[in-house]
Amino acid sequence: MTTTNKTGAGAPGREMTGAEMVIEALTDQGVQHIFGYPGGAVLPIYDAMFQHPLCKSDKLRHVLVRHEQGAVHAAEGYARSTGKVGCVLVTSGPGATNAVTGLTDALCDSIPIVVITGQVPTHLIGNDAFQECDTVGITRPCTKHNYLVKRIEDLSRVLHEAFHIASSGRPGPVVVDIPKDIQFAKGIYSKPEKQFQHQGYKPRLDGDPNKIKQAVEMMAQAKRPLFYTGGGVINSGPHASALLRELVKTTGFPITSTLMGLGAYQASDPQWLGMLGMHGTWEANWAMHDCDLMICVGARFDDRITGRLDAFAPGSKKIHIDIDPSSINKNVKVDVPIIGDCGRVLEDMLKLWRANKAQPDKHALADWWKQIGKWRARKSLSYKNSNSVIKPQYAIQRLFEATKGRDTYITTEVGQHQMWAAQFYGFEEPNRWMTSGGLGTMGYGLPASVGVQLAHPESLVIDIAGEASVLMTMQEISTAVQYRLPVKIFIINNQYMGMVRQWQELLHGGRYAESYTESLPDFVKLAEAYHAVGIRCEKPGDLDGAIKEMIDVKRPVIFDCVVDQKENCFPMIPSGRAHNEMILGDSGESVDDAITEEGKVMV
Amino acid sequence: MNTTTHYPAAPAAQSIEAHTLSVIVDNEPGVLARVIGLFSGRGYNIDSLTVSETEHQKHLSRITIVTRGTPMVIEQIKNQLERLVPIHRVVDMTVAGRSIERELAMVKVAADAQKRPEVQKVADALGARMIDESAGGVIFEITGGSDKIEQFIGQMLPLGLIEVSRTGIVAIARGAEGM
Repeated sequence: MTTTNKTGAGAPGREMTGAEMVIEALTDQGVQHIFGYPGGAVLPIYDAMFQHPLCKSDKLRHVLVRHEQGAVHAAEGYARSTGKVGCVLVTSGPGATNAVTGLTDALCDSIPIVVITGQVPTHLIGNDAFQECDTVGITRPCTKHNYLVKRIEDLSRVLHEAFHIASSGRPGPVVVDIPKDIQFAKGIYSKPEKQFQHQGYKPRLDGDPNKIKQAVEMMAQAKRPLFYTGGGVINSGPHASALLRELVKTTGFPITSTLMGLGAYQASDPQWLGMLGMHGTWEANWAMHDCDLMICVGARFDDRITGRLDAFAPGSKKIHIDIDPSSINKNVKVDVPIIGDCGRVLEDMLKLWRANKAQPDKHALADWWKQIGKWRARKSLSYKNSNSVIKPQYAIQRLFEATKGRDTYITTEVGQHQMWAAQFYGFEEPNRWMTSGGLGTMGYGLPASVGVQLAHPESLVIDIAGEASVLMTMQEISTAVQYRLPVKIFIINNQYMGMVRQWQELLHGGRYAESYTESLPDFVKLAEAYHAVGIRCEKPGDLDGAIKEMIDVKRPVIFDCVVDQKENCFPMIPSGRAHNEMILGDSGESVDDAITEEGKVMV
Repeated sequence: MNTTTHYPAAPAAQSIEAHTLSVIVDNEPGVLARVIGLFSGRGYNIDSLTVSETEHQKHLSRITIVTRGTPMVIEQIKNQLERLVPIHRVVDMTVAGRSIERELAMVKVAADAQKRPEVQKVADALGARMIDESAGGVIFEITGGSDKIEQFIGQMLPLGLIEVSRTGIVAIARGAEGM
């Protein structure tokens, strides 16, 4: 047997089965929790886990989910809240196909996860065997990379490589498909190398010094500058957020962020303009439109952000820092692209700014802030509160007030509640906000909260949910109960798929096709059926008390917050419009006028 | 028999054969991806693959694939290919037996004026044609069966072979009938 593989750390490894190698490799990679679901093609790995000393001593804990999609979202929540690689183990066939939504979600939001899938024995591959599917074929477009391991000699190298690829560069999901005969086969296990070197894959981390110099000079000359930051800052680690805060403070520039970037900069700070984009604040979107220098840090000019491209920040020069070269000039042509890790580039920028003793154009900056103040005064997030019915915005505001100063993590599902959470919940720290941004996966938040709570057992973990989304993965409350994870499922219940309803109101003449749920479960009884705690709140006056009750219970809670059914999420940039063409909740403009025929075909 | 698995055991080892398949497909986006995906998804090998549109009016392409496997696997490959919707016909040229296979290679050799006659002699013996002559290097074009091309490359190796670009095999059946 040849053991001269690339990861051989010098010392000859021990002989073991492929299944045991999986356990060894996971623990050598620092994995403490793995989310999974057993099945025929992964039984050897589960058997190895059952017997392995590392698992018996709880160094590696398996968390049994109720559906493979839940396993992947839980791993995403785990990864996003810790900065570590999330790990999943599922069986072949349906196990793998059920994981596909989670994989795609992780790819869209650049979340580092490693998903190990069982596969039928190598001699049956391609034979339509029981529970066989072409896992690497199916997952090729929805992973950063994937492997089918057909030789035991490759297994330990591939596993270590999978973790390296998932976590380095622009993070993402990696699938390792392991046929059952390889799990039984014996081979020599090799430990991970300290300095991993891949032949072809070498992400660039340091930005080009000339480009950084150019960027810093542009920043010193800017009259209406703006930081536009994204999930890349979070992915780069907490130090990148610290550096960003320092640079923003040092320059005195305003800052806005995408949905994925919330928390990198503290929401309570006066330089923070709030989120931008389709449901961004008036001041953030107007500042984007009118800025003369945009400093994009780890964001990707997504269509939810840019709106109409030909009217996107028309008078601006653009600096774009991104670790992924393919993000540069993909949607928007930029003037100074800097390829590298956000943290490193921000550090270099800060150093150079200080070394140059650079000063912003104070006069121009004061005028710029004065203008921003006028936009801010528009109070674009204001809504008409009510004494009789709970407004969803009010519910999230009260939740925020009740959890302020606590060690809190928030996950969400997808839809109106997600946007309201982004608008009304102020994030002060990175890694505290777990949401499905790129793919927009309803059903993400509950399993994600399970992963977050497992990583932070003492913290308060809340899934701000919609009643439609949460039903897509409701079964994971059973997982939360089994592992005594006191997650709080805070359902903004308007009985509608709220964002669908809103679009039907705005674009389809108020014909609410299939967006109303006729027969919702009784969420309190549902909670009780799962051995969780159920709380319902219908009156604004009862809200604070009910929220306090929810926080105080040290068990999983499903909180049914019954809210106004007709509330819409504003501000909103209608499809096909520009940043300066937002509609507001209280504006006189009728919605029919706001959306053009051209806009209606866009999503 | 492994009693810890519910899957059938692997079949006894059988001889592996190389076969050349000619495949007529609609020249539409994604068709090549479907063919390649079938090979990777089902674990079949591809030794060489060539593709080009051959009937412009009908938008038909001809793919020639050289693959390797047991006779059963080869038959499976042919059957699986035939299941793909944009595929019109699959013919196993190796089974049909009366086919001609050719490949074209361009071979770049470092040869100064001094070495050039020697290089030229080898090329002439195998019928390779010089198609470019630059300072310090020449490029030969050679057409023939894979063996002949291998032989030519082998002989050029000690004489200063720089690089090789090969088309992979194309095949056609003898006789008056088309595919």
